[in-house]
Amino acid sequence: MHRRAVHRRSATYPPVQLTLVVLAASASACQAASAEYFADTDQPRADDASGAALHDTTIELPASLRGVPTGERAPTGAPVVVACGTCHNGEPGALPAQASEVAGPHTGLVVQHGGNTCGSCHDPNRRDRLRLADGQQLELTEAMQLCSQCHGTQRRDYDHGAHGGMAGHWDLARGPRTRNHCIHCHDPHVPAYPRVLPAAPPRDRFFGAGAGHE
Amino acid sequence: MGSRVTRRRALRVLGASLGGSAFAYAVAPVAAFVQATNKEEFLQQHYRELTEAGLADVLRRLEAETARDYGADVSIRDPRPLPDVQFGYALNLSVCIGCRKCAEACHHENNHDRRTNNSYIRVLEMTQGTMDMEQGRADYDHAVPAPGKYYMPVQCQQCENPPCVDVCPVQATWKEDDGVVVVDYNWCIGCRYCEAACPYHARRFNWHKPEIPADEINPDQAYLSNRVRPQGVVEKCHFCLHRTREGRLPACLEACPTGARVFGNLLDPESEIRWVLANKRVFVLKEELGTNPRFFYFFDT
Repeated sequence: MHRRAVHRRSATYPPVQLTLVVLAASASACQAASAEYFADTDQPRADDASGAALHDTTIELPASLRGVPTGERAPTGAPVVVACGTCHNGEPGALPAQASEVAGPHTGLVVQHGGNTCGSCHDPNRRDRLRLADGQQLELTEAMQLCSQCHGTQRRDYDHGAHGGMAGHWDLARGPRTRNHCIHCHDPHVPAYPRVLPAAPPRDRFFGAGAGHE
Repeated sequence: MGSRVTRRRALRVLGASLGGSAFAYAVAPVAAFVQATNKEEFLQQHYRELTEAGLADVLRRLEAETARDYGADVSIRDPRPLPDVQFGYALNLSVCIGCRKCAEACHHENNHDRRTNNSYIRVLEMTQGTMDMEQGRADYDHAVPAPGKYYMPVQCQQCENPPCVDVCPVQATWKEDDGVVVVDYNWCIGCRYCEAACPYHARRFNWHKPEIPADEINPDQAYLSNRVRPQGVVEKCHFCLHRTREGRLPACLEACPTGARVFGNLLDPESEIRWVLANKRVFVLKEELGTNPRFFYFFDT
């Protein structure tokens, strides 16, 4: 599984601009895909109590950020995707004006994301990439940077563990943690969280036929 | 002459036989209890009075009983509170969608009775603009989040000042050093005072012996947390202490798809829970009762 590592509990979170500088300066853009979100190059901090190094927090990377899912799975269980660069090989030209003009494997795309158009997020010159508001190119795998341009409060909460699902350890001195990516829950094109059917309600004696109150 | 059957005598005999059978019926559970209880269990000491060797014997016995009664091969441990750790929990009501994934995860993690679909978490469906928990419904069964509603999961608030502990006549429930209120299921007499005393409806009573298929039993168990409970005792949320005392996140938090739940060490100023307490407008349920919960709620701001 493609993951990226970030070290949580760093003393400070460097501002977004610093991360961008690091990304822009990164010689191999493809390798930058696995660069750390917070440009946090600190070594895992020694824990005062146990003396053990802190474990990593890794953000699960959805397969759709690496290409178009084919529906098949590799023997490892990882979804097989067609990489964006397979079709989008640096062709220039204007992006479609609206979602209904999108063709090929993306036909039927629906966009309900405020007043955004394709060019709000996608780079017109490199369709396998994203573009920030200031014109900086961005790998698809760095999409959270792009989300954070507008959704700063959500990103702030995410960075402090108060938004977005996670699993693993609360105590990073004892074990690692994995975190969801923004688009695990929010389809970038239709970001509203979908309504779901809940798990079954309890069947205790306070409910069911004849229960007058709880 | 012989013995004449008078109406008085007939009624007397009838009453006596009815009373006798009612008495036999009433004491039948006692007979069953005597049959089901072995000497070791009957003479077992309180958890906090057990020696190390005595506790080890109890854990092995309970494992054997689970294997016998449920056909499941389980391991029961006794993880102790971590030093310099006080657990705290916070829940973001703006993000919770009421999917009950937390309650479902609790159900499986903690070996709850399948028949009642029991869980330590009740998710209340509340009308936006209100905070009256009495009006919350826990039995909703439609797509969520429903328009005009928000969802408030309620579980044990691990109070600093727990009324449930105060009322226990046999001290079968107490507050551990890391803030978790626990129950010694083998010491509990099932009087349910604690259930009545809890203002959060957080305690559950085992009316029946839990029914769980062998292949669904979570074998990772602890004495004070998720081992299969006997019939007739009270149980409650223990912050998944068999996980959290080893540094892992509680099952309900891992199951939450939206990240509404924040768990951590209140004594660690770098922890997520401390950030929430410092930066969000948190509140506790029924603050006026003075229970001083360790479970906080907040809305996004």
